[in-house]
Amino acid sequence: MEFLSFLVKRVLWSVLVLVGLSMVIFVIARVVPGDPARMALGPRASPEQVATMQAELGLDRPLLQQYALFIEGLTRGDLGKSLLTERPVNDDIRETFAATFELVLCTMILAMGFGVPLGMIAAYWKDKWPDTAVRFFAIFAAVTPSFFLALLLQILAGYVLHLLPTTGRLPNALEFEASWTGLLLIDSLLAGRLDVFGEALRHLLLPSLSLAAATMGQMARLTRASMIDVSRQDYIEAARAFGIPEWLRVTKYMLRPSFVPPLTIMGLEFASLIGGAFVVEMVFAWPGMAAYGIRTILQKDLNAVMGVVMVSGVFFVLVNLTIDVLVGFVDPRVRIRGRR
Amino acid sequence: MSALLSVRDLSVDFTTYGQTHQVLHSVSLDVPAHAQIALVGESGSGKTVTMKAIMGLLRQPPAHIRSGQIIYDGRDLLTLADSERVALRGTAMSMVFQDPMSSLNPVFTIADQMSTILKYADRRLGRSRSARDRMVRVHEVLSQVRMRDPERVSASYPIMLSGGMRQRVLIAMALLSEPALLIADEPGTALDVTTQAQILRLLKDLVTQRGLALLMITHNLGVVRETSSYVYVMNRGRVVEQAETATLFSSPQSDYTKSLIAAVPRLTGGTHYGTVMP
Repeated sequence: MEFLSFLVKRVLWSVLVLVGLSMVIFVIARVVPGDPARMALGPRASPEQVATMQAELGLDRPLLQQYALFIEGLTRGDLGKSLLTERPVNDDIRETFAATFELVLCTMILAMGFGVPLGMIAAYWKDKWPDTAVRFFAIFAAVTPSFFLALLLQILAGYVLHLLPTTGRLPNALEFEASWTGLLLIDSLLAGRLDVFGEALRHLLLPSLSLAAATMGQMARLTRASMIDVSRQDYIEAARAFGIPEWLRVTKYMLRPSFVPPLTIMGLEFASLIGGAFVVEMVFAWPGMAAYGIRTILQKDLNAVMGVVMVSGVFFVLVNLTIDVLVGFVDPRVRIRGRR
Repeated sequence: MSALLSVRDLSVDFTTYGQTHQVLHSVSLDVPAHAQIALVGESGSGKTVTMKAIMGLLRQPPAHIRSGQIIYDGRDLLTLADSERVALRGTAMSMVFQDPMSSLNPVFTIADQMSTILKYADRRLGRSRSARDRMVRVHEVLSQVRMRDPERVSASYPIMLSGGMRQRVLIAMALLSEPALLIADEPGTALDVTTQAQILRLLKDLVTQRGLALLMITHNLGVVRETSSYVYVMNRGRVVEQAETATLFSSPQSDYTKSLIAAVPRLTGGTHYGTVMP
């Protein structure tokens, strides 16, 4: 019960945070220099043309009124029109968000799938050579900038070895409309198109690997530290004295209590990559929301910027809420007391 | 009659930071079947190392068993292979852990932890039973340690139980596979005095009813008097005195034992602070 009220409180706070976020971004987007109408029309547009467009966009009205209009649109689920693409921001975000989400999801699966076992290996062979190797690798992975890794992988796997494609989500020649979820891996399976699935996976590998490396290193280090901490607990020694086999002690008795820190950090990484993946998205010409967000900011495409920020914010809140629930599932102490 | 457990001239070294210290000097003790034996000593006297050596829980390194024998039921445990050693844990000899707050895994239910112990103990004994039968046995043992509502307790996570209940769970865990020898490491020390007294009485009753051998490891002479018929006193890695419990209290021989007894707080007869032995 306490856990439930804890979650409800988190949701209410999140709504408040989102409202605050919308205000701050709204003001910042309008205070920074540069006139959206001027930038959209180009340097040779006449002042009259610019004024007309400003009026069209509502930029001549008081700031408070502009904000009210924006909120009104938001409640209808309408984010307005993008100056950059001249399409509804809703449509732009729907497409680009799916691309980014698929990329980041794949990134997290890689980061957890390799990071956690590596951390377990390092903790199990603490101070032996596997530990040294994992720690070296983890530091290396954590400090290598993702754009550098992206270029390196592109050159190596793409241009030198011709193993994997280096740009986009699918080959241009392949006709496929991702119409259900927008996630190619899922939609292709739903449509029974295994060829599309394979291609989508091949296109995902390099960008998600570039993004995953840092998180993977962090996961490995966190899991290692957490496992070592737990391995010194009395209940692990007790399990040994009661004759629980070693493999079970490591994979169950030690892993589960160690899992909360990596899980929490994973949630934060997951949410922040949605907006932070832009460098890798640009290197791989990935049609994602992070790259879209950067382009719209440079263009002072106000509606689109607000849309991207709000969607990222909501996503951040949702991911963290999910993580809270998962943490409660992993560690009953959280569920029972509402905290750890 | 030969003892169920017999430790002979056990010497153990510890190596830390390149320095080797001998922590057990030729320790010998006997635990006859069905007997209740106490091993008493202050912190650092070597009683925990002795216990871990018996259970096969010493980490080697840093520990190194220099010489001696630990004979259980006619076999020297120190010559057994690791797998044979593990096979005895929880089945032939079991341990009751000291701290109920930290000795249970916080993220699994009592039922989960107990049935897992039982599953692997069964496997070592070449038996098998269904998950249902395991739960039946878990509930049975929980009610034997006088738990009023075994179903509710087994469905609980440790955090939902009081210290006394957790200590009972730890005793129940040790009893799951009917071991012949129970080694109790200061059970209840972490609890309040009343609860500790209940736990000790329960432990004594269980041991007597089932005819188990008990090796009670403690620093508390009150516990020694309550729970044992024969006692070994350890100091600085050596057994300095051994005697019938009653004899030890009435006519202690070594200076160390005398100072230990003098250090026990009394309600009458003025203040005895005791003397600290070098």
